[in-house]
Order: sequence, then C-alpha cells, then structure tokens
Amino acid sequence: MNPLAKLLEAALFAASRPLTLEDLASLEPAAGEAAIRAALADLEQAFATDEHGVELVQIAEGWQFLTRREYAEAIGRTGIAQRTRRLSPAALEALAIVAYRQPVGRLEIEEIRGVDSGAVLDKLVERGLVEVVTRGDGLGRPLLYGTTPGFLEILGLKDLGELPRLEELSVALRPPAPAEPE
Amino acid sequence: MTASLVQPEAGFVVELEQFSGPLDLLLHLIREDELDITDLPIAKVADQFLAAIGELGLNQAADYLEMAARLLRLKAQMLLPRRLGDDEWEDPRAELVRRLLEYQQIRELVEWLAGAAARRAEQFGRGCVPEPDPMPPARLVIDLNDLLGAAERVIALIPEPVLHRVVPRPLDVEGATARIQELLAARHEFGWLDIVGERAGIVELLSAFIALLELARRGALNVRQHEAFAPIVIRRESSREAA
Repeated sequence: MNPLAKLLEAALFAASRPLTLEDLASLEPAAGEAAIRAALADLEQAFATDEHGVELVQIAEGWQFLTRREYAEAIGRTGIAQRTRRLSPAALEALAIVAYRQPVGRLEIEEIRGVDSGAVLDKLVERGLVEVVTRGDGLGRPLLYGTTPGFLEILGLKDLGELPRLEELSVALRPPAPAEPE
Repeated sequence: MTASLVQPEAGFVVELEQFSGPLDLLLHLIREDELDITDLPIAKVADQFLAAIGELGLNQAADYLEMAARLLRLKAQMLLPRRLGDDEWEDPRAELVRRLLEYQQIRELVEWLAGAAARRAEQFGRGCVPEPDPMPPARLVIDLNDLLGAAERVIALIPEPVLHRVVPRPLDVEGATARIQELLAARHEFGWLDIVGERAGIVELLSAFIALLELARRGALNVRQHEAFAPIVIRRESSREAA
C-alpha cells in the first residue's frame, strides 16, 4: 500500500466516527481528491480479503472501519462492545416520516401518524437522529425537522439516496379510485 | 386483555402504546378481516374499532376517541340516501382511505428502517459507545395506605386560601435562628417539625430553612436525612462542643 493509503488507514483507525472525504483530504492537503479516492479504494480492497476481521465501509457520507458481521454474536455476547439501543415502533414511524418529508413539522408528522408525536420527536432529537433544520412559513413559524448524519450511521446508509424509493414499496401511495355511485 | 398501567419491574410507567396509534389499530383490524381498504365497510369497521378500544382500555385516550368519533360520523354519512347518477357525490370515506394508505406506506418504511438498523447493529465501529440507556424511572414501592395517609397529611397542611389581601411578609431568619439556637441549647437532637411546628406558613418555612442552612454552614449543627422524604434530623455538632 502506498503511504497515503497508510495515512488514511491510521486516521480511520483513530476515529470513532465515519470520516468524510473532506476530513480525509485535510490530512494531506497536497494530495488532491482523486488521489484520496484511489487510496481509499486500495484500502477498501486490502481489507476486503480474508486476512482481516474488520472492513472499510462507506457509511454516513464517509468511511469507517467496522467489524465483520460474522463476529457480531461473539462480540455482543461477551459485552466487549454493546449494540445500540433499538428504536421503538413509534420512533421509527416518526423517523420514516422525517426521512421522506424533510423538512417537516411536528403537525404533519402527527397528521400522518394520527397520534401526538412531540415526545417521540424530542427523543429522536436527543439521540441525534433528527434535528431542527429550518422554520416553516406557517402560523407561528413552526420548527421543521430533517435527518442528521447520525441517522445514516445508525442505519448503515451511505446517503439518503439508499432509502427505498416510494415507488418500490408494495403499497404505492395513490389517490383512491373514484367510487362508482350506486 | 387490557393495557397494563404499571409494569412492576420498570418502575412507574404508564403504558398505552400497545398500538402506535389509532391508524395502527385500524389497519390491524382491516388486515385481520382481510377487508378491502379502498372499499371499507365502515359500519363494521366502526363497531370493531369501538369494541377494540374498549377491550384494550384505550377509550380514555384522546387520539383513539377522535378516530372513533370520525368513524361513527362516516358510518352516519354512508347511510344518507343519495340520488342515482349523482356525479357530485364524494365518497365520505375517501379521506380516511387516503390516510390509511399513507400510513400503511409508513409502516412498510418502518419495517425497512428496522431491518437496516438491525443489519447495521451486526457491525461494531471503533470505540463503539452505545447511547446510554434512558434513566429508568425511580421504582415506586408504596403501600396504598401509606399513600392515602401521606395525601391526607398534605391536604391537612394546606392553609385556607386568603384572597385579595397582599401583605408583605419579610423572611424572619433572625427569629428562626434564635428559635433553632434555643432548641440546640435544650436538646441534643430534634426534628424539622420541632422548629416550624405542624402548620407553618411558607414564610416561616423559608425562614427556618435558611436559618438551618446557615447554622449548618457555621458548624453549629448537622442535618441528616435518613432517606429521601424521611424526617430531617438536626443534631448539635459534637466536634464543636469538644472544641
């Protein structure tokens, strides 16, 4: 591996969060984006072999070393590292709505869920999965929420483009067929 | 089956969220009976919904009640006669059907998100620090009689409200200090109620409390509380005596 790839490896090892291309480029400003990308590809390749227990993963608009799936059970069982807490169905509902409608206000979320969502939304903000991104034009200039990099991280997504497209869902959202008058 | 109000192990938790909302419950009923969502038999669904919230003990929850009212209104609207060939007729169910379809789509996304999160959880990052668990609510272990007794004591302490009379009542810390010092001189150990009595007003309570803290700071006494909400015990500071 070339020296640049080894530098990136060191930085990715030291970081406890995904590093973006920008983060990585700042390590060696003279290198240029193409060289960083090439070095990342080399690194990804080097860790993709059977020689390693970790792999380089593209996640949350960045790169991160993660342990291979086959070791999840042993690591989790021994408590050496702990899995993140699971999200409740209510939290996932609010999260899904924010992800697809962002920026979106609390009222719209409640309208879709048919249930008060203030507390659930506060929890998502607390966990760093959504954040206030702007304010709406409506009455009282409501807070509008969007997803954070933490959202991509907890789902293992590269970017929002990896979410399923609405057309791919088995239940397409379509206006109900006009009823025939009897 | 009723929604449990108190989970014995988790402390004092009010649990209504067996379904994540009235739409969730409605969708559950529709699926159970394999009904056509776009041509809902409203009368049947409304009856089932009412029965379900009664059974689940959800008939106090506003969101569910609102949905119940909506369904009953639709049921009534569907019974209204309409003219043959009336093109203007709008299906009163259209709005509900639209919401149900939209909600169903969200549920599908929820499954996808849950799956993605579960796959991600199979890999650990460096220095993986999971978010701390939420603080468990304090366990409330209490006997009903104790609770009633405590409530009675508190109610008995509430003075009659005095309306339309505003009297400035400055704190009398000096007076309270003198009172505590008298008690200190007379007794080695005494309680908070010995200082303020059973029916102290807010001014007396505050004065006594400030005096107590000040004396404790000066080292004239020490204040102990065996556990939360237990009586406060005030003791003459023995080291000071020895000095």
